[in-house]
Amino acid sequence: MEEQVLDKPITKKVKEDKPLKKVCIICAKGSIEDVYAALVMTNGAVMEGIEAKLFFTFFGLDAITKNQMNKLHTSTVGNPAMRMPGGLPFPSILGLLPGVEAGVSAMMKKQMEKLDIPPVDEFMDMITAGGGEIFACKLAADMFGVEKEDLSEHVKDIITVGQFYEMCGGEGTQIIFT
Amino acid sequence: MGQVNLAGTTVDFNEEGYMTDPSQWNKEIANEIASEEGIELTDKHFEVLQFLRDKHTAGEQLTIRKVGNSGIVDIKGLYQLFPGGPLKKSSRIAGIPKPASCV
Repeated sequence: MEEQVLDKPITKKVKEDKPLKKVCIICAKGSIEDVYAALVMTNGAVMEGIEAKLFFTFFGLDAITKNQMNKLHTSTVGNPAMRMPGGLPFPSILGLLPGVEAGVSAMMKKQMEKLDIPPVDEFMDMITAGGGEIFACKLAADMFGVEKEDLSEHVKDIITVGQFYEMCGGEGTQIIFT
Repeated sequence: MGQVNLAGTTVDFNEEGYMTDPSQWNKEIANEIASEEGIELTDKHFEVLQFLRDKHTAGEQLTIRKVGNSGIVDIKGLYQLFPGGPLKKSSRIAGIPKPASCV
């Protein structure tokens, strides 16, 4: 709570910070960094006692598809922030070579494991254990021919955008598109 | 926040309500902080608290995953023991600093 003193008229106005109660997070991409950004934010909310819904759409569906979720890659081309170990620039043309993307992705995963960041399926296990909920987008599932049984057990349901918005009601709710 | 009299001793807290000197901690103090959080401590709670204190003393960064892999309780169980903020609340009750990890 913050007290704000206004000069005219002489009144005291109390400004109250309303705590965040619910986050609805959307992940539309399937690279390691996009998926983990969404997972870290969702899990972080659950850990803080904030209600959390995580919604995967388009290429983000890979993160909840059983035979893809633990094989996510990071893109080694067209990423200007990509560096060699040691900090030298990473030439985009190197990223085109076979095996480079897999190698870089494996290195990233190893680095994350060191920081106690779990693999995708275990991360989702942590989120749902704390009461967070994970959903798939119906439109994207139809588009990619993905059925409920192709998806991880952590996925609660395949829902429409309308159902998603219905879940996002209530004071202190934020929708976050990662 | 400064000093507070808890369970007959003077305990130092920071402004967020975390103890600043883990060596002042004892079970009675833990019970007092827990009741403030609306939690009644059981033996299972104390096992978790002891685990957190040991890891803190060893200088390890704490995550809920570590507690989940400790063999004391799984992550679902941890959320049930300390509802609405498992790592923050357990750290506070264990008399160690606020956790600084993101997972």
